[in-house]
Amino acid sequence: MPNLKDLKNRIGSVKSTRKITKAMQMVAAAKLRRAQDAAEAGRPYAERMTSVMAGLAASVGNAEGAPRLLAGTGSDKVHLLVVMTAERGLCGAFNSSIARLARLRAQELLAQGKTVKILTVGKKGREQLRRDMSAYMIGHVDLSDVKRIGYAQAQMIAKDVLARFAAGEFDVATLFFNRFQSVISQIPTAQQVIPARFDDAPATASALYDYEPSEEGILADLLPRGVATQVFTALLENGASEQGARMSAMDNATRNAGDMINKLTIQYNRSRQAAITKELIEIISGAEAL
Amino acid sequence: MAGALQFDLVSPERRLASLQVVEVQIPGADGDLTAMEGHAPVITTLRPGVLKVVSAEATRSFAVTGGFAEITASGVSVLAERAVPLEEATGALIDSYVAEAREQAALAAADDRDSMEKFIQDLINLRSVIAA
Repeated sequence: MPNLKDLKNRIGSVKSTRKITKAMQMVAAAKLRRAQDAAEAGRPYAERMTSVMAGLAASVGNAEGAPRLLAGTGSDKVHLLVVMTAERGLCGAFNSSIARLARLRAQELLAQGKTVKILTVGKKGREQLRRDMSAYMIGHVDLSDVKRIGYAQAQMIAKDVLARFAAGEFDVATLFFNRFQSVISQIPTAQQVIPARFDDAPATASALYDYEPSEEGILADLLPRGVATQVFTALLENGASEQGARMSAMDNATRNAGDMINKLTIQYNRSRQAAITKELIEIISGAEAL
Repeated sequence: MAGALQFDLVSPERRLASLQVVEVQIPGADGDLTAMEGHAPVITTLRPGVLKVVSAEATRSFAVTGGFAEITASGVSVLAERAVPLEEATGALIDSYVAEAREQAALAAADDRDSMEKFIQDLINLRSVIAA
């Protein structure tokens, strides 16, 4: 039976852990609100952007001389996986679910004899993939100094990706991130950005519009922006998901700590009672012996 | 009195304006244009410049850099890369954009050099409008 002092210390330490997880949960809740607002605010731009691009893409289509960002390079030998994770841990399965999805995809592609390159955004993803995928990693974007994700960060990442594309380093780029569904559910998602795909976007009837300068000119201007916008949307979704995941993970941790405190307290009380009973027996048997 | 147009100005980070207006003056890539009710549907890219919105009560101006505008008979929506109300735009802010653009131009491929130069020139013109 553990002695009383040890039990008391353990109860004390679990209590302070509970305080920390509780505080983290509340911080995450506050940040989640902000992240959700940011995701909400970015939506009109992204939606309008995709619908206009989808319309243009449908009319320019696979015509000869369509921009490479839309039509692709004509092969799909080299795949770039952009894996977006959080900078910090303690958020449940958030980081590992993205890493797992990316790893599965990478293994699938490798099995098909394709070349895989990985660009990580966020420290945690790099740490998880470094173990078995380090041979394929070509870069890392560090966002740990960034307090609030802004469009500038998305542009920076998009520019990096576009420069690599222009240099012919890859044929297909896919973003991996968590789509925010609700506080308890985030869906790991893979989204192809290059060549651009608009399968699910509602196309505005493009035949109606006049284009200045020209359809091709606008498309050439829009496609790089579209990549940045998609990266930005992914970053925002990821930000909201991270806070949601952390909030529910910390909620669970707080509850577990509470259960543990109850269990330890019962054990503590039992031990104390046992000690008292033992002392009483000793006194009584001592008195009887006289 | 001309009819009303629904005007939306959004940047990637937020919706800057959404209101009923009479006319919108847009700095298009191929030249300025003004949209009023019943305008033919047009999609145009923007150059850096001043976007002017005239509504029944007031006139508001925004400094925009790149982006594009979608004009229909009943509304105009402008998707700007960066947009700030003109009264908030300072010379220093535009200067920082110019410096950034110059940096990029230095790195850009020769094919893109021309368009970057034009972009910078437009920014400088915008700067002079604001300073005035």
